[in-house]
Amino acid sequence: MLGALTILLVFQLIGEVLAQLFALPVPGPVIGMALLFAALALRGGPSAELRDTAQNLLQHLSLLFVPAGVGVMLHFGRIGDEWLPLAASLVGSTVLTIAVTALVLRALSRRAETAGK
Amino acid sequence: MRTTAQLAEIWVYLSASPLLGLTVTLLAYQGAYWLYKRANFHPLANPVLLAVVALVLLLALTGTPYPTYFDGAQFVHFLLGPATVALAIPLYTQLPKLRAMAGPLLAALVVGSLTATVSAVAIGRLFGASEASLLSLAPKSVTTPIAMGIAERIGGLPSLTAVLVITTGILGAVSARFIYQALGIADHAVRGFAIGVASHGIGTARAFQVSEQAGAFSGLAMGLNALLTALLVPLLIPMLQRWLG
Repeated sequence: MLGALTILLVFQLIGEVLAQLFALPVPGPVIGMALLFAALALRGGPSAELRDTAQNLLQHLSLLFVPAGVGVMLHFGRIGDEWLPLAASLVGSTVLTIAVTALVLRALSRRAETAGK
Repeated sequence: MRTTAQLAEIWVYLSASPLLGLTVTLLAYQGAYWLYKRANFHPLANPVLLAVVALVLLLALTGTPYPTYFDGAQFVHFLLGPATVALAIPLYTQLPKLRAMAGPLLAALVVGSLTATVSAVAIGRLFGASEASLLSLAPKSVTTPIAMGIAERIGGLPSLTAVLVITTGILGAVSARFIYQALGIADHAVRGFAIGVASHGIGTARAFQVSEQAGAFSGLAMGLNALLTALLVPLLIPMLQRWLG
């Protein structure tokens, strides 16, 4: 657990340093994720410990969004003023994105299956 | 017997320490999760939504400012960084499936990611959102730390983006089942991938509760969309601004 958590933090740190050093548009943790993915591919997979720790962390992923979500109270003023454009944009864009992505993926994987037969 | 004055002193002491913010966050989440479970994981009983509503009410009733609360809650918030790095592991586990479906997945990812950013900014603009709000809306479909980083770079408000990201996550988790029923989408790989592109970690948490396969594909989509959006949005914004005038 401790070793695995250290690995995750080290990769995050390397990611943050690279992002700052080269002024990259990608945030540090994402670079850390890409580097860890590359390391896993080179090494042939994660240790059981790393797998368990990642699973535990990701199992409670929704908890990790709660503190930032409570930050909604800082923006009651702006949300009150702009509730209609914000709500329309979020609802419209979320529904559209789910529908478009699902329809494109279904159409393309059906075509790939048909081509394979 | 403690007097009221002594109790007030204890409150003053506790409300200044990070212990309280951290503890109420964990309690609120576990209470919310218990309700979610009791509701048979119905999408409308989303645990993030319930926990946030409970905590906002609690802070408002006790007159606690958000920064005081966040002093404690930041320990939970901090774990988003290592959790993002940890996404490499399910991503690696899905490598064979990823290879087999690589073409269709990448095409759907690009179309979905563009739809998310362009439609959010265009609809917001259509309804008259301010420039700061539009820039904060652009990265709303990717996981919080990444979206906040993008918002900061393009001149949005990172803390507003965090709220928009979480609202998007909750909206996706609540609505996906009904969208799939309307469109007749049954494949759990497709269902998971689409919710992951549109609503990141909260969508992924929801997908894992539906099925293992949906969760795996959602995690995959969330990770890939985080990378793609971080690269695309800073390039797209100047084009969108010119196009929308």
